[in-house]
Amino acid sequence: MLPRSEMVHWWFAFGFLLLGMFLLAEAVVGAEVWSARRWRVYLFPGLLFALGVFMWPVMTFFTNSTIHMVAHGSWAQALMLAGASELGLARGKLTSPYWRLTTAVAFVVSGTAFLVHEQNPWLFQRSSFLHHALGWTLVVGSFIPFARVFRPRSTVLATGFAILFVAVAVMLYSDRDVAPVFGHLSQLAGAPHR
Amino acid sequence: MSAELAPELERTRTRSRSLRARIVGLLGPMTSIAGLVWAVAQPYRITLLHPHGQGFWWLLSEPPIFVALAGVLFHRFVARGLLADLEAR
Repeated sequence: MLPRSEMVHWWFAFGFLLLGMFLLAEAVVGAEVWSARRWRVYLFPGLLFALGVFMWPVMTFFTNSTIHMVAHGSWAQALMLAGASELGLARGKLTSPYWRLTTAVAFVVSGTAFLVHEQNPWLFQRSSFLHHALGWTLVVGSFIPFARVFRPRSTVLATGFAILFVAVAVMLYSDRDVAPVFGHLSQLAGAPHR
Repeated sequence: MSAELAPELERTRTRSRSLRARIVGLLGPMTSIAGLVWAVAQPYRITLLHPHGQGFWWLLSEPPIFVALAGVLFHRFVARGLLADLEAR
């Protein structure tokens, strides 16, 4: 028997929370101290890549329409591409800072995937609201990784990037399969559970 | 003039290092506390407290514990080394 989709959201939230903490710590101590131990440099890109890999089973087992499947498939590819590019930069195999644009692209693709595969309006139920909120957060927030390509030493952008991941984690943790949002729950959504 | 400024500059650097160390040191514990507060606020989310009749996935998925665990893992495996490196510099 498969886990509920809300559980999958929580597992991804765990990964995003860790990513946010890694990035926040790096923003606080600075890139020089963060890279004092080589393995730490691989934490963010490695986990980002792993989340992309874990998106494939989500696509296989949790999509019930073509648009769901395409959204999750493109999402998995975008996350893996961003993770691989960051890994290449961390290892020194890639040298051009423009490879970091793949992270901004991953944000846009992820946000679009959230928006495209949510067919219901904002206040249909909580997961609908969160899918819209997550989608727009990622699409608008893609400005931050985009700007980081050109201002890599900016502490404000680094902190904003970290907070973006923490915000996504909080929204993913708030997800429920059927639950009201701000007192709204469509009669078509079904019976709410805890 | 520079002899007067040097100790002041050093004090400012030390204060900044100390603040950064405090933030990094608190990041994990604060995250764990957030998870524990969530667990207290919504104890029914911890299915391990009432495991009878729960399926495997419900017993595996304990979101408040996931939050607390993220804080513990970060503090144990990342923050400690980071603080040592920050101190060394």
